[in-house]
Amino acid sequence: MSALIPYIDEPHPVTGVTNAKLGIWLFLASEVMLFGALFSTLIIMRSSATDWPAHGSDVLNVPLATLNTVFLIASSVTIVLSWAALKMKDLKKFKLNMGLTILLSFGFLVIKYIEYSSKFHHEHFPSTSTFYAVYFTLTGLHGLHVVGGIIANSYLLGPGSKMWFTEPERFTGRIECAGLYWHFVDLVWIFLFPALYLL
Amino acid sequence: MEQPQYGFWLPPNISTHGAEIDGLISTLHWFMAILFIGWGIYLIYCLIRFRARPGHEADVSGNTHFLIPKYIEIAIVIFEAGLLIFFAAPIWAKVKKNFPNEAESIVVKVTSEQFAWTIHYPGRDGKFGQLKTELIDGTNPVGLDREDPNGKDDILSPNILNIPVNKPVIVQLTAKDVIHSFSLPVMRVKQDAIPGMTIPLWFQATQTGKFEIACAQLCGVGHTQMRGFFNVMSQEEYDTWFNEEEKSLLGDAESATQPSGENQ
Amino acid sequence: MSNDTHNHSHSHSHGGAHALPFWRKYIFSTDHKTIGLQYGITAIFFLLFGFGLMLLMRWQLAYPKQAIPLIGKLFTEDGVLSPELYNQFGAMHGTIMVFLGVVPLAVGAFGNYLVPLQVGAQDMAFPKLNMLSYWAYFCGGVVMLGSFFSPNGAAASGWTSYPPLAVVADNGQSLWLIGMVFLITSSLLGSVNTIVTAIQLRVKGLSFMRWPIFVWAQVTTAFLLLLAFPPLEAAGVLQLMDRIAGTSFFLPSGLVVSGEALKVSGGGNPILWQHLFWFLAHPEVYVLILPAVGIVGEIIAVNTKKPLYGYKTLVYSLVFLGFMSFIVWAHHMFMTGMGVTMSTFFQATTMIISVPSVIILTTYLLTLWGASITYTVPMLFATAFLPMFAIGGLTGLPLGLTASDIHLHDTYYVIGHFHYVVAPGTLFALMAGVYFWYPKITGRFMSDTLGKIHFWLSVIAINGVFMPMFFMGMAGVSRRLYDQTIYAHGAAAQPLNVIMSVSAWILAVAQLPFLYNMATSWKTGKKVDSNNPWGGTTLEWAASSPPPHENFPTPVEVYRAPYEYSPNKKLLPQFVQEA
Repeated sequence: MSALIPYIDEPHPVTGVTNAKLGIWLFLASEVMLFGALFSTLIIMRSSATDWPAHGSDVLNVPLATLNTVFLIASSVTIVLSWAALKMKDLKKFKLNMGLTILLSFGFLVIKYIEYSSKFHHEHFPSTSTFYAVYFTLTGLHGLHVVGGIIANSYLLGPGSKMWFTEPERFTGRIECAGLYWHFVDLVWIFLFPALYLL
Repeated sequence: MEQPQYGFWLPPNISTHGAEIDGLISTLHWFMAILFIGWGIYLIYCLIRFRARPGHEADVSGNTHFLIPKYIEIAIVIFEAGLLIFFAAPIWAKVKKNFPNEAESIVVKVTSEQFAWTIHYPGRDGKFGQLKTELIDGTNPVGLDREDPNGKDDILSPNILNIPVNKPVIVQLTAKDVIHSFSLPVMRVKQDAIPGMTIPLWFQATQTGKFEIACAQLCGVGHTQMRGFFNVMSQEEYDTWFNEEEKSLLGDAESATQPSGENQ
Repeated sequence: MSNDTHNHSHSHSHGGAHALPFWRKYIFSTDHKTIGLQYGITAIFFLLFGFGLMLLMRWQLAYPKQAIPLIGKLFTEDGVLSPELYNQFGAMHGTIMVFLGVVPLAVGAFGNYLVPLQVGAQDMAFPKLNMLSYWAYFCGGVVMLGSFFSPNGAAASGWTSYPPLAVVADNGQSLWLIGMVFLITSSLLGSVNTIVTAIQLRVKGLSFMRWPIFVWAQVTTAFLLLLAFPPLEAAGVLQLMDRIAGTSFFLPSGLVVSGEALKVSGGGNPILWQHLFWFLAHPEVYVLILPAVGIVGEIIAVNTKKPLYGYKTLVYSLVFLGFMSFIVWAHHMFMTGMGVTMSTFFQATTMIISVPSVIILTTYLLTLWGASITYTVPMLFATAFLPMFAIGGLTGLPLGLTASDIHLHDTYYVIGHFHYVVAPGTLFALMAGVYFWYPKITGRFMSDTLGKIHFWLSVIAINGVFMPMFFMGMAGVSRRLYDQTIYAHGAAAQPLNVIMSVSAWILAVAQLPFLYNMATSWKTGKKVDSNNPWGGTTLEWAASSPPPHENFPTPVEVYRAPYEYSPNKKLLPQFVQEA
């Protein structure tokens, strides 16, 4: 293919960003609208519910969720470190930090799995009440975003990292975009955690 | 009672508030017609006068500025704001908010379901009996508890809404299954019936006649058949109907124990 | 530049394109022009399909409970369209026309093909993503079409899919929701691509206020899709949960369906769906109309041989319209028991949004003043767009004001209103666009005679379809009725239904010359003699016809705003350095 697309690895002089970065910001704007709608649903369901638990902690496992919060925040740090490593031209350190990010994300999913299975074990299903409907749907969609992040990050750690040797600037840009996405996933959890578990 | 005349324009209006709605609708359509015809004349004039032809060239200076359209635009804005502030909002408030006094009105519950209307009158005591979901069956579509003292004299009228003329009617509208919409075209009344909510509405008829209730919201395969009847009667006719219903419900004995009822 | 570099890049492009196998070049292509054509062909197929559903429904409406002649037996045993099928066709007509027809044609096809050309780019910013959005759209279409063959048929709860009806409906509804998730994904990817392309890949000299009006329209549209679609995606997921996982997001407590208490937890809110749905679906109306406004602007600018009047005003109006479209959604919900404060707010925003619409129309009308109008076929359609769009816009007033909406809500008046905007409005603009850019795409003109036959038949027939709807709505006839004649006021208005149906069938016949013209002109149409056969000023006319793979083998540059003419009335295209 010979079509020439500018601003793939260098920022546009007027907008100050590369194509991919503008793209990911736009994508995140639409994600904000998605989760905005879901959080509105949470508020509306809660305000009209008759059997909403007084505190999420009455029915949900706060220690596990706290651990998950720690995992996600830590993974946000490691993904920034992996990007910083590329800026320092240190591919090895990048791989280490990206590997850690993926590991922490898997940790998040494992804990989520434990939480879910204990709920199912106690016969709490999405159909049990609107609280559980909101809980499972919102954490489930967030979980899907985590899975998506794992897939993207694993690709960048594995086969995708070959780009480092041909187009290092572009590859660093990709890691930055992956990081932006991952921060967003983290941020959604930071909202979900108090909204579901604490309040 | 005469048959209403229907055609290709607004159906006859028999409500006290309908004239204002009709007035707004016709004002709007005059406004729309004037604007459209004005634009149309201008458009046709341009299309003919400025057609490409030998010896005619476009004015490309690009520095023509038109003031008249600006004034027209401002006039449109003012007119629309006026309609909103002085007509639409007050009429809406009157119809949806300023309810008549319940004591001087007929109060009924209308429950919609796939694909029928049940009109529930509180009876002579003016109190609705309790409704219980577990009592719902083919003969008791709203689950009225006849054991409840308030429910003994309640009249359930399937698909027929009978009301007296010149008296305010308050309808408490709800739905059992899906969203329906309670539409009385001649009464200029329309309100969605939403399960889980009871939405009140009111109207007052100015003339007698036999009319129809239509469902205005797609509610499933029988949407089109969800037709109810809506009879506006004289007060005497209404009382006769009411007493007969009551008699068939409570039997002669119980009706007779309330001799004062006739004069109420 | 020297001749040498020119030849070099040219031969290079040819080599590159030829090396590709057929399936990479035409099926899984990443070239924005090929993808644009794929979108266009698929969308036209769906438009015809959705139109076909309505042609069948119109038989039932005109001649209730009579067997459809010739083909009726294909659908039911006695040849009469059943109420089940009627509801399915109705729901799918709306869904297909909006999400699989008009939006993919206006945004997917025209946007994809023209935005890169008009900003002087060689391709979209993310070519692979572009391919992915087409295929997501294609999958969505396959799911939607496939749903007709599922055990109980397709979705039948209207394109609005209001719960609880949609939740208790047959499984076609689940397929509808899954199909929508594909289509939404496609639109989201596409809009990110359009915005990035338009902003980042502008050639030298093309500042924002030099964007052609079509690019402004497409970018505004892309923002609407980007921000309005996700809430519907959320709502779709919630409805799917209600249907599959037994949740009660949209189901209140105490539902009794067909005499049986529904075994769900309850506690949900059916109105929530309407808020989420209309939060998308009102901006969606502007998604349908803005690209049309852009196309008409380009065509009027070219065929009046003068600058577009009030370019800046037009741009600000477009953007303002896009912004306002996010805060008017609840005017679709006046009858859900809305109080005075909320209804007044939404009436007010609705009246405000009419202002930029009137301004847009006015600038186009004023452009005609002092023009030299060439009545080419695209210009005929663009001219017809103006009064048709005006009717569509004006009839929004009685619906936007609560008091008059009481009588007109959910009647045929509403159908007439939005069809005037979308059918003789947007679709006419899209047809104009097809005639206008066909020479660019194929290197050949479409037949003028066939085009004129198509235009005159269409413009008469389409008014025959939609004008009577206003009268029917005035008479108070509810929409979506299988057989209105059982009502006294419906029976009285029934003759209108016959007029509409016959007009619709004539309208269908009127499209035959168009389809024939499109198909045959590809090989036999009159060849264009230059890159710029109509005398356009924007960048796509700098490319050859059809444009090569990388659009502009030699770099182009923009020297001025679009739609400029020199004082001696000579055309000054954006890409020509000096007159």
